[in-house]
Amino acid sequence: MTWTSLDTGIVVVAAVSAMACALIGSFLVLRRMSMMGDAISHAVLPGIAAAFLVTLSRDTGTIVIGAAAAGVLTAAFTQFIHRIGNVDRGAAMGVVFTTMFAIGLILIVRSADSVHVDVHTVFYGSVELAPLNEVTVAGVRMPRALLILGAVFAADLAFVLVLFKELNLTSFDEDFARSIGCNARLLHYALMVMVAVTIVAAFESVGSILVIAMLIVPGAVAGLFTRRLRSLLALGQVIALACAAGGHLSAVIVPRWFGLTDTSTAGMMTVTAGAVVAAALVIAPERGLAARALRRGRAVLRVRRRAGADTSRRRPARSARGARSLRRAGTAC
Amino acid sequence: MTYLPTWDQVLRVLTLSDFNTRVVVVGVAILGMAAGIVGAFTLLRKRALVSDAVSHATLPGIAAAWLVMVALGGDGKWFPGLLIGAAAGGLAAIAAVLVVRTVLRLHEDTALGIVLSVSFGAGIALLGVIQQMRRGSAAGLDSFIYGKTASMLVSDAMLIGIVSLVLVVAAVLMFKELNMLCFDAEYAASQGLAVGLLDAVMLALVVAVTVIGLQAVGLILIVALLITPAAAARFWTQDLRVMTLLSALIGALGGFVGAALSALTPRLPAGAVIVTVTAAGFVISALFGTRRGLLRLLIERRRSDRRIRREHLLRAAFEQVEGRLGATPSRVELEAVAVDREALAHRRGWTRTELAAALRAGRREGLLQPAPLQPHSLRLTPAGAAQALQIVRNHRLWELYLIRHADVATSRVDRDADRIEHVLEPDLVAELEAQLDGQAERAAVAASPHELAGGAP
Repeated sequence: MTWTSLDTGIVVVAAVSAMACALIGSFLVLRRMSMMGDAISHAVLPGIAAAFLVTLSRDTGTIVIGAAAAGVLTAAFTQFIHRIGNVDRGAAMGVVFTTMFAIGLILIVRSADSVHVDVHTVFYGSVELAPLNEVTVAGVRMPRALLILGAVFAADLAFVLVLFKELNLTSFDEDFARSIGCNARLLHYALMVMVAVTIVAAFESVGSILVIAMLIVPGAVAGLFTRRLRSLLALGQVIALACAAGGHLSAVIVPRWFGLTDTSTAGMMTVTAGAVVAAALVIAPERGLAARALRRGRAVLRVRRRAGADTSRRRPARSARGARSLRRAGTAC
Repeated sequence: MTYLPTWDQVLRVLTLSDFNTRVVVVGVAILGMAAGIVGAFTLLRKRALVSDAVSHATLPGIAAAWLVMVALGGDGKWFPGLLIGAAAGGLAAIAAVLVVRTVLRLHEDTALGIVLSVSFGAGIALLGVIQQMRRGSAAGLDSFIYGKTASMLVSDAMLIGIVSLVLVVAAVLMFKELNMLCFDAEYAASQGLAVGLLDAVMLALVVAVTVIGLQAVGLILIVALLITPAAAARFWTQDLRVMTLLSALIGALGGFVGAALSALTPRLPAGAVIVTVTAAGFVISALFGTRRGLLRLLIERRRSDRRIRREHLLRAAFEQVEGRLGATPSRVELEAVAVDREALAHRRGWTRTELAAALRAGRREGLLQPAPLQPHSLRLTPAGAAQALQIVRNHRLWELYLIRHADVATSRVDRDADRIEHVLEPDLVAELEAQLDGQAERAAVAASPHELAGGAP
């Protein structure tokens, strides 16, 4: 295969959207509300559709406003139903996002008459086409998607840097944060706005599936390796970058093994994210299968060594094994 | 307007005169009923969002089943084969959630999110591959994502209806066990029920409903049928039996009306119409539900606000004139003295409008009347005086109890008592009397244990 500048463009756009999602999504994971990412990514649909219908254009500004409003509404409705309906948060979320998604679908189909909207693009995105749509800013030609995603990534970064202390506090111990006068509720809704804006920016170029995976996987996996917020966020960025590059590579390469040309980059990015989770399942410190096996092996060894030292005379059958492990451990000859 | 059907069409659909429409509408209604019943259990078990992961994971299952069928020489259109693939995908998702949650000790939410996004992404990647293949017919695989009720084949609708019916029967047969599982899993385990097995059965039911419902509403929105009716039923009742029934009813109604509507509006996505109708049922329940509906909560709040204001008014009136009464004031004595309006406002810290509202309410309820010949003064009616004695007595009983048995400082006791006296039930009052037995306050109103504010007595 030949790697063209188009491939580079795809990876760059995918990487920036993945990194933006990973940065803001890590806080969703830390706050144990990962499914809020899923909920909002479905629920922004009516916001987008309403923006289409009101302005009769696909202007990015109005879409972002529509999405942000939809994000806040999702969070607020979920909280409301959770409180008065006496159902758990997950169920409340399920009611809200499916309803908003359904309304959004109907609106989109209706607005498709007046504005050109491709439902397919909204869900699966077209990262493969994103680099082709170029704009010129200050004399530099760049993909429009990159401009938007870059701006959103910068906004996310600014949000995290400015409110780092507050986010850190409220993510790990909300009650304590509240007790020292941190407005946790305002921060919660601000976070929801940032999530919704990031989702909708990434939506346009890479589609909704990728968004959910990139919101959750990098933060969740990074959290297995470190407990410090700063390094967690940094590791999340690395994972996001790896998923973007690995995803496009495998989208181009893997289908060739079966004699086909290529497949969806966004789809393969989430598959790569799945592979990252699978790898973490094995190698994660403490909780990973390898660490568990090692711990268990050590414990068995310890027990056997003790058994070998204590009962070698009385229990010949066991002591043979015990002696073997003692030899292996180097405490007997 | 291309969206508005003619009256003739409406009539045809509503009377189910068309055979196809009849089968589809009834099939979807039974599906809604099955989803409502299963959803009630998952909701109470706090596993509502599991269905979300399951439904997204059916996509790679369907795509894989298609690939297998084409590899075996078919055209990949055999519907039951695709459903088997979908079920396998759903079960694999549940297993994956379990592994991620237990091994990595991630929060259930995070495990669900990872599994649903990765599996859906894998499905999209597989679809991308399928679309390039020359063999087989990939057309229609997309319909699993959004559903295609309007163009559903009669045989598909019958399959949906029959399987849903089987699920309903299965859920009803295991109602007692599932009920115990949802109500108290630990108790169920102590009674010898295999909780793990029951959980697995419940999740298998979720997978079955999801798979069967894919065609009708699509995989993104089938979640709504599993969650919304059950959440709506919560607003009406606390009894699991009634809740399950209601949830089934709301689900069936949503399916029925939604499918009929979408038969009238073939251009709108059918799944979205069905879900929107079901959501309307939820909104109605949330507003008018007899147990936790918004309307009922508002009425209750208003009623208790009003009662508290009345009790405050009567106590303020009593305390103002207390000094002019005997040691054990009687109702007749209390009726006879005049109460000053301004002093009432002063005592409670009420503004002029608040006072006016409280007095209006008091007069309407027949507790107060204007004092003859004395402007700016009031008198308690016999009913008002009796209530005032009762209220003050409760208040002071509670104050005494707090001082003697809960070590609350005398200076604070008024405020603490104020918070709770409005909800003192008769049996609690009896208990307080027993606690404070042998004291002079047994039958009559005791003197206040603390200095009264507002210039009295």
